[in-house]
Amino acid sequence: MHFSPVPLHIPDGFLSIPISIICWAITIITLGIAISRTNKALGEKQVPLMGVMAAFIFAAQMINFPVAGGTSGHLLGGALAAIVLGPWAGMLVMTAVVAVQGLLFQDGGLLVMGANILNMGLVTAAIGYGLYRAVSNQSKAVKLSVAGVAAWLSVMAGALFTALQLWLSGTSQLGIVIPAMLGVHVLIGLGEAFITVAALSFILQTRPDLLGEDSESAKGSRAWVAVGGIIALVVVWLSPLASADPDGLNRVAMDIGFFNTAQTGEGLLAGYTVPFFADAAASKIMAGVIGVIVVGAIIMLIGRGMKAKS
Amino acid sequence: MPVTHVINSFEMPECDGDVLSVKDLHFSYPDGHAALHGVSLKLCRGDKVALVGPNGAGKSTLMLHLNGILGGRGEIEIAGKRLTRDNLPVIRAMVGLVFQSPDDQLFSPTVFEDVAFGPLHMGLPEIEVRVRVDAALEAVRMSSYKNRLSHHLSAGEKKRIAIATVLSMKPSLLVLDEPSAGLDPRARRTLINLLRELPITMLVSTHDMVLVKELFPRTIVMDEGRVVADGLTHEILDDEELLTAHGLEKP
Amino acid sequence: MHFNAFDRYHEKESFLHRLDPRVKVLVTVIYIISNALLPDGAWLAFISAWMFLITANLLSQLGIGYTFKRSIIALPFALIAVTVLFSIPGKPVSTFQFLMWDLTITDAGFLRFVSILIRSWLSVQMAILLVAVTRFPDLIHALEHLRVPVILTTIIAFLYRYLFVLTDEVLRLIRARESRSAAVAGNRSGGGVRWRAKVAGNMAGQLFLRSYERSDRIYNAMLSRGYSGHLYTLNPHEMKSSDYFVTAFVIAVIFIVQLIGRL
Repeated sequence: MHFSPVPLHIPDGFLSIPISIICWAITIITLGIAISRTNKALGEKQVPLMGVMAAFIFAAQMINFPVAGGTSGHLLGGALAAIVLGPWAGMLVMTAVVAVQGLLFQDGGLLVMGANILNMGLVTAAIGYGLYRAVSNQSKAVKLSVAGVAAWLSVMAGALFTALQLWLSGTSQLGIVIPAMLGVHVLIGLGEAFITVAALSFILQTRPDLLGEDSESAKGSRAWVAVGGIIALVVVWLSPLASADPDGLNRVAMDIGFFNTAQTGEGLLAGYTVPFFADAAASKIMAGVIGVIVVGAIIMLIGRGMKAKS
Repeated sequence: MPVTHVINSFEMPECDGDVLSVKDLHFSYPDGHAALHGVSLKLCRGDKVALVGPNGAGKSTLMLHLNGILGGRGEIEIAGKRLTRDNLPVIRAMVGLVFQSPDDQLFSPTVFEDVAFGPLHMGLPEIEVRVRVDAALEAVRMSSYKNRLSHHLSAGEKKRIAIATVLSMKPSLLVLDEPSAGLDPRARRTLINLLRELPITMLVSTHDMVLVKELFPRTIVMDEGRVVADGLTHEILDDEELLTAHGLEKP
Repeated sequence: MHFNAFDRYHEKESFLHRLDPRVKVLVTVIYIISNALLPDGAWLAFISAWMFLITANLLSQLGIGYTFKRSIIALPFALIAVTVLFSIPGKPVSTFQFLMWDLTITDAGFLRFVSILIRSWLSVQMAILLVAVTRFPDLIHALEHLRVPVILTTIIAFLYRYLFVLTDEVLRLIRARESRSAAVAGNRSGGGVRWRAKVAGNMAGQLFLRSYERSDRIYNAMLSRGYSGHLYTLNPHEMKSSDYFVTAFVIAVIFIVQLIGRL
């Protein structure tokens, strides 16, 4: 029995290679920073804490509550993790959750795991923590209401990022995928907000020290407020715009040369001379080079195999 | 198969605390709750001692002091070495602490990784680590479980592996917190036999008075952060007044 | 529920089970990348990739259809790609009405849609096979060898270990809620959505605190065994000659599949 809380886990095959690689790059860089920050800022105690918290998020995603008409509310947990553990540790925890879901349960693919971590782990943590940090010194009521909004927006942001990646990969049409993804997640986000607020208020009642002044939760840099605010603005501003005028977004993307056309089928890089994508002489040369590399790799591996034997 | 064990009349040995010596230990938790009020006790090589007392008596708190996880006021010596911040790593290798919940003790995915954790963190070379893992698993009769996954084990199996995780560090003192809690009768019997055979000094906190009677020649009673009795088990178990006063029952 | 619900590994004595986990991870990733690189409508290459998958199934001794039976999990996501059926310009194949829209499926759109599904379907099967023939702790070791930072692999190892413990706790909480969710005949039961959400949130909070306290105890257990902030692991894996040969062979085969896809 395993619940996939939100239809955000992209399987392999739905994102193009360039988009997958770009998402991996963003994810790896962010995680690199997160690791160096957690190494510096947090004590040795954080390692088992983050590990058990990852299991907690995984298990908490199984908690559901009936909403209406057979649908049920679930927790994704990115905002909650970041608020309680601080943004960097929250990101690492969510990364482990998404990684295990993809690796062990095929809930989300491997090549696209960079994108899944980005959407469900990094964006949600950044926006969730950023908005909360803005009011982390305020009264309990303010904190909780902002946490609710942050949790809702974190799901919306994850959905928006997912939709954009699908569109840039040429898997889905912008005018449909954005309203569809965001529409579905308006409700899912409400579930997220309810559970996050209730869980936080439970923690504030029983262990206020965990969210107090000396906690990781209150120590994050103020810069997160800006990060969270920017992502929130992008979601709030881009969503209606993209839904109302998808061609507009298409045009902008073309103008800045991000890709040539969304609907040729190949998506990003369709018109570029990349090996296997075009007939240009350059790509033939590239193909040759790749061939040499492949043959070289095979010979090297066989060589190692012989060595290991002898 | 139940083993009957006759407690012979047992003379308290002359003991200068060559394995463990605790002197006047005080400790309060950060929230102000005072858990230990001047605890003193001594253990000698080969002693197998039960530590009994009601919940909240300070047994677990005392145990957490023995390898420096908690640091209270007072003096602790392990095999003649004074416990200080500087020699914590050495002390931790000498005192094997087995926690009550094996799910907390076994935190690695596989049995091998868990039993190897201690030796690896002591900085031993790989070959030595492997030798010790094999020996520790052999000592708890779980050699065939080396490559098993921790979450596949039964409660009794987890308990025995938990003991192996500290045996692999070759401690001079084994400290167990509630080892028989939550075990079914057969697993409990296996554990009792195992503890009896282990040739190692041990201090065992427990509520299981049958276990105390069967296994430990000496018993220490704690209540409200103090040692209230320390003596031969059969004498303590015969002292009904003492037992009642501290919420214990004669088995 | 029992732990088996989360275990994907199937104990067998097969060639694939014995392969070094690094090789298995690498081969799986290369295979998935290769699928993503194949152009739309490269039917022959898709079939070759499928043959490769079936061969792997056979070598695993899990049965030729092992991964096939479990491969439907990614299907619901196909809905996301449905729009390409209509949105890519091409020769109309079929036109029909759906609610208020006139939808025309084009040949190019159809080609792309089917290609996306095939890529996804093949890739997910290989990932299923990977965890069926590799114990998860070995997979974590493979990630360590492949230079995934040790802090991440450690968190993943903890997650895997405590996933079983904590989901058991969740199920106990859910059962406790269910057993008290009674209804009086004639009364509407269950309270409002907000109330239900609050109950779920309290369960999450409760679980959080229990987990938090557990992590304290685990930390103590680690400390008492010499942990001081550094993590050491001992990985019992060593690449054998056969592992290198298999990797080389697979790269060659994948390369040929790619060539087939472009001819």
